[in-house]
Amino acid sequence: MLLRLPLKIGLFRRSRAGFRPRGRGIEMRDLVRDLQRFQLRLAICAGGVLFAFFVLLLRYVYLQVVQHEYYLTLAENNRISVLPVIPNRGLILDRNGVVIAHNYSAYTLEITPKEVGAVDPVIDALAEIIDIQPKDRKRFRKLLEERHDLDSLPIRTRLSDEEVARFSVNRYRFPGVQINARLFRHYPNGEIASHVLGYIGRISDRDKAALERKGIAANYSGSDYIGKVGLEEKYEKELHGVTGFEQVETDAGGRAVRTLRRILPVSGDNLHLALDLRLQEVAERVFGSRRGALVAIEPSTGGVLALVSKPGFDPNQFVEGIDPQNWEALNTATDKPLNNRALQGVYPPGSTFKPFMALTGLELGKRSPSYTIYDPGYFILGGAAHRFRDWKQGGHGMVDLHRSIVISCDTYYYGLAQDLGIDAIHQFIGQFGFGKQTGIDISGESGGLLPSQEWKQKRFGQKWFGGDTISVGIGQGYNLATPIQLAFATAILANSGVVYRPHLVRQIEDSQTGDRRTIEAEPYNKFTIKTENLIRVRDAMIDVNKPGGTAALAFSGVPYGVAGKTGTAQVVAMKQNEKYDESKVLEHHRDHALYIAYAPADAPRIALAILVENGGHGGSAAAPIARAVFDFLLLGKEPKIPKDDGKEEAEGD
Amino acid sequence: MIDRLIAYLTRHLDPFLATVVGVLLSLGLVVLFSASGESFSRIGNQLVNILIAVTVMWIAANVAPQHLLRFAVPVYVVGLVLLICVPLFGDEAKGAKRWLDLGVTRIQPSELMKIGVPLMLAWYFDRYEAILKLKDYVIGSIVLAVPVLLIAMQPDLGTAILVAAAGFYVLFLAGLSWKVLAALGIAAAGSLPILWGMMHDYQRQRVLTLLDPSQDPLGRGYHTIQSTIALGSGGVFGKGWLNGTQARLDFLPERTTDFIFAVYSEEFGLFGNMILLVLFLLVIGRGLYISANASMLFSRLLAGAVTLTFFTYAFVNMGMVAGILPVVGVPLPLISYGGTSAVTILFGIGILMSIHTHKRLVTT
Repeated sequence: MLLRLPLKIGLFRRSRAGFRPRGRGIEMRDLVRDLQRFQLRLAICAGGVLFAFFVLLLRYVYLQVVQHEYYLTLAENNRISVLPVIPNRGLILDRNGVVIAHNYSAYTLEITPKEVGAVDPVIDALAEIIDIQPKDRKRFRKLLEERHDLDSLPIRTRLSDEEVARFSVNRYRFPGVQINARLFRHYPNGEIASHVLGYIGRISDRDKAALERKGIAANYSGSDYIGKVGLEEKYEKELHGVTGFEQVETDAGGRAVRTLRRILPVSGDNLHLALDLRLQEVAERVFGSRRGALVAIEPSTGGVLALVSKPGFDPNQFVEGIDPQNWEALNTATDKPLNNRALQGVYPPGSTFKPFMALTGLELGKRSPSYTIYDPGYFILGGAAHRFRDWKQGGHGMVDLHRSIVISCDTYYYGLAQDLGIDAIHQFIGQFGFGKQTGIDISGESGGLLPSQEWKQKRFGQKWFGGDTISVGIGQGYNLATPIQLAFATAILANSGVVYRPHLVRQIEDSQTGDRRTIEAEPYNKFTIKTENLIRVRDAMIDVNKPGGTAALAFSGVPYGVAGKTGTAQVVAMKQNEKYDESKVLEHHRDHALYIAYAPADAPRIALAILVENGGHGGSAAAPIARAVFDFLLLGKEPKIPKDDGKEEAEGD
Repeated sequence: MIDRLIAYLTRHLDPFLATVVGVLLSLGLVVLFSASGESFSRIGNQLVNILIAVTVMWIAANVAPQHLLRFAVPVYVVGLVLLICVPLFGDEAKGAKRWLDLGVTRIQPSELMKIGVPLMLAWYFDRYEAILKLKDYVIGSIVLAVPVLLIAMQPDLGTAILVAAAGFYVLFLAGLSWKVLAALGIAAAGSLPILWGMMHDYQRQRVLTLLDPSQDPLGRGYHTIQSTIALGSGGVFGKGWLNGTQARLDFLPERTTDFIFAVYSEEFGLFGNMILLVLFLLVIGRGLYISANASMLFSRLLAGAVTLTFFTYAFVNMGMVAGILPVVGVPLPLISYGGTSAVTILFGIGILMSIHTHKRLVTT
């Protein structure tokens, strides 16, 4: 209204001006014309004002209606940042509740390479106020190479209070360097059970890619560590927990103003193992510096009581990022300490295979208990020139099934193998878990090998020869087994064909509710073995540990029944007629010593398999370890630490 | 008795303008409370500013236009002298010399010229009313150009534009011929590259940033990006008073002064913007009405120029915050925090009131 007014006046004046004749009253005319002109100009200005405000209005409609959602998102992104809250990793406890993996909080000194630019001068300057060793620098460099997108990398962990204070005072000198409180994994028992626990390490690019593939990368935002090996790797999902989030309102300077929403992290589940740490400790102590493996299983549940792989390593050195020198040393050591021999090491089962062969013969009706052979010290296959030698020159004389186990007669089993044929052996003994992974809850397990005709055809494209079967009878030839497989088979034998999958974790405890979920509570397979046949084999295995048996020495005066079998696995094949002389063979070419057993024989509480690499005879190198383990578990007797390393001489294999 | 006193005091105040200006000033305080993070001391300071400015307005309203006419030349001359003094004795801040320390107080002579230039030009054209020739426009242009250039060199682009606009409005309303306007337009377009060459780096940056704010989101484009986010996220009805996140979390720079409109718009939305536009239109419309009905050429020109300068303030500021005009230091009239702009604006409003209320007293 107001705006249009000048325009109206202008028009009105203009129309009136038309009536006035030109050239009369100059002053008057000029005034009117001036006013007209002025009001026209004013009207133009008013139009301009309206137009300008209309443009503004259009712009506001565009921003606030059309683009509203877009700008709202931008404003929210401006305002809200999401900070992950890392959950506490679940604990690992043994069957008696002893903690074998836990977390502690410590200060770390961290550098954000992106903010620092050149890293070395900063580290040099830091070294003046905080103790930084060359190995810290090397480790840092390695971390820097592994990860490029990481925000901050630790240069020193576990700072003392004094170091924290010293850095805080000098903080202003180090932009891009900060102290953070972080949770660290700790394995209080060091090397003990290292192959069971495995370790956690910093999340690598490859880990990250794998997490993204599984679609769980979001749960790892803020997390630096992930299980790499062992239980830490296998139960990563349970142990890690659920990352919490804090939605924080931040101002333009990035300072948190207030917390809008907080989703608490859910701590990881605790793992309660079937493993008995004290038994594990005893087993490792008895093993001493020898290489090898021991797996002990509770036959009635399949729970792993002890799992040893020697040598071990200290998993703690991986947690903070292992320095390249130690990493190199662990990887190149001839002893291969990072190899989990219990699961990954494949060895010929040797004579420990014989009880299973004997049972197969009885069950399939190929042998009766009273069936007796004369052992001249060798076996000749169907008139061919090839002789299969018994380990004892001159042979054992008259041998029946019972004696064949007690003295570990090879010739008996050459014949039995021939009579059974490879496919019957494969089919029946396969039920004891040979030739396939046991399914224990640690990754990287090897499947071993229980040969068959079909396997040979597939693997080599060759026909199975009758001669191939003969050495399989004594656990040699193509036969390969892992220590866990031997323990598993022994446990099945002790449990009369009821098969529980071997497992380290007995229960998973929900850290929030305390509810426990039991693992592998039910047997996953059951096969029938005639009780009388089981008893016959068991009795023979008991006598293995009695005077006259191959493990008699190790078990002299044992107050409980032990059913066992010794074994010796050849590392280097010998030529015909060549005599194996231990003293003349290089250490790494010496035979592996094996022993399987369960005890007490009438009501088994433990079934185990022991392998001592290049240890020589099973009876002398491996059986004494079993004795110490049994004595501790069944009698509570602490072992005297043996000083020898298994070179005790004994007859038998 | 009191009634008569009030009547005496308000006799030269235009009730219409006074009401709209009062509403706008109150709205300004409401927004300032939010923009300052609920600071009562800021509100207190601004109340003092408003009190001073309203007093100035009252005085201006009570001075008859013909008396004002006498101040035109002295004000302009003093202003010009002070402007010349600025580069010689001025205080430097942020790479620009704008302030002059008079010992008693610091003043910004360029602010004075926002009124001084239109006053001088209106006086000049009023004086030579009978014989407006091209020569008069040339002289008028010189009267305008000298202070504008001095201000632009300080450098203070925002004020220079406002002063130039104020002077130009007088020239335009006085009847500058369309041919000359067209010639000026062409000359201006032709001089753009030269102007570009003369511009300070930060002025060029502002222009470049306007063309594409996203090129430098944390640097030169930051102001514009954050203010458009504030506007856009406000939506139709806004986030509500005291709920604007852009302002309250420090994302908006200069949010109590030049960018206060972003705070307002974020919290009150498109709806609030429309109310504000209408309020400004009421002031401008009333001003143009007063101008159209003024009795002297001087009054007409002055009222028109003051009103259109007021419009220019509002338009440049609201356009700049909305990201369609370059970021120049122009406050939002009657809303932005600050004493200088309040005094300048309300002085202009006072002149409008004076022209309106003294009209009948002037003999024709």
